[in-house]
Amino acid sequence: MRGVTVFRQTLGATTYTFDHLVDLMAKASPRRSGDELAGCAAETDAERAAAQWALAEVPLDLFLTELLVPAETDDVTRLILDQHDRGAYAAISHLTVGGLRDWLLDTVTRPDAAERLAAVRWGLTPEMVAAVSKLMRNQDLVTVARAVQVTTAFRTTVGLPGRFSTRLQPNHPTDDPRGVTAATLDGLLLGAGDAVLGINPATDSPQAVNDLLHLLDDIRTRYEIPTQSCVLTHVTTSIGLMEAGAPVDLVFQSIAGTQGANEGFGITLEMLREADQAARELQRGTVGQNVMYFETGQGSALSAGAHLGTGDRPVDQQTLETRAYAVARELDPFLVNTVVGFIGPEYLYDGKQVVRAGLEDHFCGKLLGLQMGVDVCYTNHTEADQDDMDVLLTMLTAARVGFVICVPGADDVMLGYQSLAYHDALYARDVFGLRPAPEFEAWLARAGLMSEAGRMLPVDPGTSVLRALGAGA
Amino acid sequence: MSDDDFWAAMRRTTQSRIGLGRTGDTMALADVLAFRASHAMARDAVHVPLDVEALGRDLEAAGHGTPYEVTSRVADRGEYLRRPDLGRLPADLDHLPTDTGADVGIVLVDGLSGQALTDHAAGLVTALVRALGPGSSVAPLVVATNARVALGDHVGERLGVETLLVLVGERPGLSVPSSLGIYLTHHPRPGRRDSERNCISNVHPPDGLDYDTAARIAASLVTGARALGRSGVDLKDTSRAVEAAPASPAL
Repeated sequence: MRGVTVFRQTLGATTYTFDHLVDLMAKASPRRSGDELAGCAAETDAERAAAQWALAEVPLDLFLTELLVPAETDDVTRLILDQHDRGAYAAISHLTVGGLRDWLLDTVTRPDAAERLAAVRWGLTPEMVAAVSKLMRNQDLVTVARAVQVTTAFRTTVGLPGRFSTRLQPNHPTDDPRGVTAATLDGLLLGAGDAVLGINPATDSPQAVNDLLHLLDDIRTRYEIPTQSCVLTHVTTSIGLMEAGAPVDLVFQSIAGTQGANEGFGITLEMLREADQAARELQRGTVGQNVMYFETGQGSALSAGAHLGTGDRPVDQQTLETRAYAVARELDPFLVNTVVGFIGPEYLYDGKQVVRAGLEDHFCGKLLGLQMGVDVCYTNHTEADQDDMDVLLTMLTAARVGFVICVPGADDVMLGYQSLAYHDALYARDVFGLRPAPEFEAWLARAGLMSEAGRMLPVDPGTSVLRALGAGA
Repeated sequence: MSDDDFWAAMRRTTQSRIGLGRTGDTMALADVLAFRASHAMARDAVHVPLDVEALGRDLEAAGHGTPYEVTSRVADRGEYLRRPDLGRLPADLDHLPTDTGADVGIVLVDGLSGQALTDHAAGLVTALVRALGPGSSVAPLVVATNARVALGDHVGERLGVETLLVLVGERPGLSVPSSLGIYLTHHPRPGRRDSERNCISNVHPPDGLDYDTAARIAASLVTGARALGRSGVDLKDTSRAVEAAPASPAL
């Protein structure tokens, strides 16, 4: 019999009551518009503070018995229970959520922090990780994430110490091959693309996706660029294209933290496993065979109306986001990124909320063992600007984010939002003394695009090795 | 060829901010200021209300009759941004015809850019009617303000159409302030999931998809949905024409 706990916390003259762990988690979440929209947010700052006190005292064990989303009706919950490794959990099983926060912050000061954090990876459930993040300040999220090491590989190795990678995103509103090529060239000249050359196609037509796959693969092979490409289409489209012999390096899919939200994306776990196996069998990687690429984002479950948990209570969006990482890590992916500021102000209202959510998602994903990237971004109907993105990028780089997404001049002309500019990645590498993935860095040097000191040279594109990608060629 | 000429030739192929100047590793000031100006204009565009009367006149002049008007349950643009749930619900549909039995319904939704409807709706509707051909009956047009895509499900059910096309103003980008998306839903009714829709995005000639191409794709998807009995991720258009991604979560 699974228990239902009522939590009480007195603050001053008021005693706050939280009915079930679902409610406590939601009320303890830092303020954001999506939880207010779902009707589960704390109603006052004092109620939020009280909830955080109460959450700090919750034993981790409770998360294994008091499920936030019922296992009977949700395959993500069943996956989380299946994944849980009692052996790995033993080192932390005696802790409360507050105790886990202290354990993490103490562990990062030890010389073998990376090994200790990796050892508990499969002993932690997404809900435990979401819970502890709610008690942590932004600097705590940075310092712990920084100590976690996650390395994945395909044709480049992402996540090595001292490295910082980028997805080059050459989107075009009509998938025009010349326009895509122009944005790709611009990015390569600025040293972007060691995580992936990844296009969001304007359409999901298999033929159009196939054309884009060939376009990117031709550029990659023509210049012998050690990187991988991806056209971000539905997983079923990629499976069909692999069967037809298309050059698929990475298989993309948007995923979420409930079965209902994944159904909203038109996917099942079985579909993802089939795609993973098919892509691995192609053996296209050279230094590794991680083949999946997932995107997530706080608010996607609520947007699909699939955010209710035990007793039909709304589950807070950050907990649901973290549950999506259970789906991701089941497939041992090459890359995962949260699209944090993309989904809109109804979920993350302003720059402050976007920054906080970006740091939470990165911390939670990385602690659970994912190669976690972030699309540092915002839309034009969100209260945010470039200054907010500078703050988030700087903090994520300090936290040793796996990769970020970059577009020409921070302006994605197809999706209509602002991501980072290729230039922004140069800033981040310079300030923190980081380099691209080693395979890609060696290519940049060979191609005469990067100096020995690791600076991107101001090359004349018309005489560069890539000049044939120009429109006049 | 100079650096400037090189990029000028490439800029004819994309509105992307390619080939920006560098000061050290950083963008040149002129590019930073141009970006700020574009951002300011895009933000303003989100809050400009749709001129419903002018749109009605344009549609009438193009021979599509006087459209019906509906609003969502939000009070203003501020609430529209914060409450997508209310933007998906119509305030009142009692004045709309019922059970038209039409093959296709077209609902014009302002979304995040009323300007996109003003600029592109009449042209796109004309192209759609032409592409659907005389074999398909089209229900009276409906314009919905402060609305989101799923509001169309209520309208489509009320009209009793087999397939619904929602034309929606997409979020304004820095370089593309006015762009329409088309969302197709077969057998529309409240509660349809995003994965049960097909989307064609970035309709904004001359730089985006042109009206005739978008309409041809939509018509082919209508035919495909009719044959398959449903729309969404199972509907794959394997002709050269386009079939779009499942609906974006933001809508």
